[in-house]
Amino acid sequence: MTAPGFLSPTGVEIAFVLTGLVTLGAALVAVTTKQLVHAALWLVVALGGIAVEYLLLTAEFVAWVQVLIYVGSIVVLLLFGLMLTRAPVGRSPDADSGNRWVALAVALAAAATLVTVVVDAFRTAWIDLDTPQGSTQAIGEALFRHWVLPFEALSLLLLAALVGAIVVSRRRGGPDASDAQDASDAQDAQDAPDARGAVAPEEER
Amino acid sequence: MHLVYPAVLAALLFSIGLYGVLARRNAVLVLISVELMLNAVNLNLVAFDVWLRDTLRAGQSLTLFTIAVAAAEIGIGLAIVLQVYRNRAGSNVDELRDLAEPPPTPTGAGAGSDAAEADADKAEAAA
Repeated sequence: MTAPGFLSPTGVEIAFVLTGLVTLGAALVAVTTKQLVHAALWLVVALGGIAVEYLLLTAEFVAWVQVLIYVGSIVVLLLFGLMLTRAPVGRSPDADSGNRWVALAVALAAAATLVTVVVDAFRTAWIDLDTPQGSTQAIGEALFRHWVLPFEALSLLLLAALVGAIVVSRRRGGPDASDAQDASDAQDAQDAPDARGAVAPEEER
Repeated sequence: MHLVYPAVLAALLFSIGLYGVLARRNAVLVLISVELMLNAVNLNLVAFDVWLRDTLRAGQSLTLFTIAVAAAEIGIGLAIVLQVYRNRAGSNVDELRDLAEPPPTPTGAGAGSDAAEADADKAEAAA
């Protein structure tokens, strides 16, 4: 198979490279900025860039899922986490730890190795983008015909993770529990008296 | 499109995420870097799926699964970070040294001070 050369890029390739540069820049700023909230916002740019790359690769359904779940919920969760841990709004000089230069060396070595291997292995591979590969219909048929069991297992995993997150982050009634938390606990107890009846006496202590 | 473009982009994104995981001190920022690494892997999966024209759509299905697992991971991770923040008023990962081996001290005095520190930590945790 004679692959087209690198010197005459197609329009899709030019768009891909430009979006890739934006994505890489946003990712770099996200891991190096000293303003914590800005890191999460730059992550939005990087994830949106990756969604555009999915669209250019004709993986349309994955692109929308990326926008909905990553940009829509995961970044919001991260912002919640930053604010609940009282992240400073301005510049925080101690955002990076002391082993930054070691980390830089490791990352550069990993990048050099991976790029060398990947370029050497797939220099002549050519993706034919004429027929879309990731329409919603195709993905849905594959997902619910061949991947039903993993899909259901995944839903169980999500449920377990949800319950686990609630259990881990719930504040046990201690002497230093804030009033707001007590109020919400009381509200919960009013909402579901039967379900919490068994554990309520323990929490009184 | 050449397969090299998405593959190289994924490799570079993975390296940027690796740098973030190693260099960041705030636990939430470490989670952000982990998200970047997961996205690099997702991009690889989609690119190779489109390249191979897989009839089972294995790459894109796995991408969807990875996104769901990432959502679960970020939920659990943030819950743990919040709990750590509540217990010790900070979420810097390089201060979480409870499970670290104490540095080897040849003299008995050093070990004694370590034990005293551990006692102090216990008292702090109990308070």
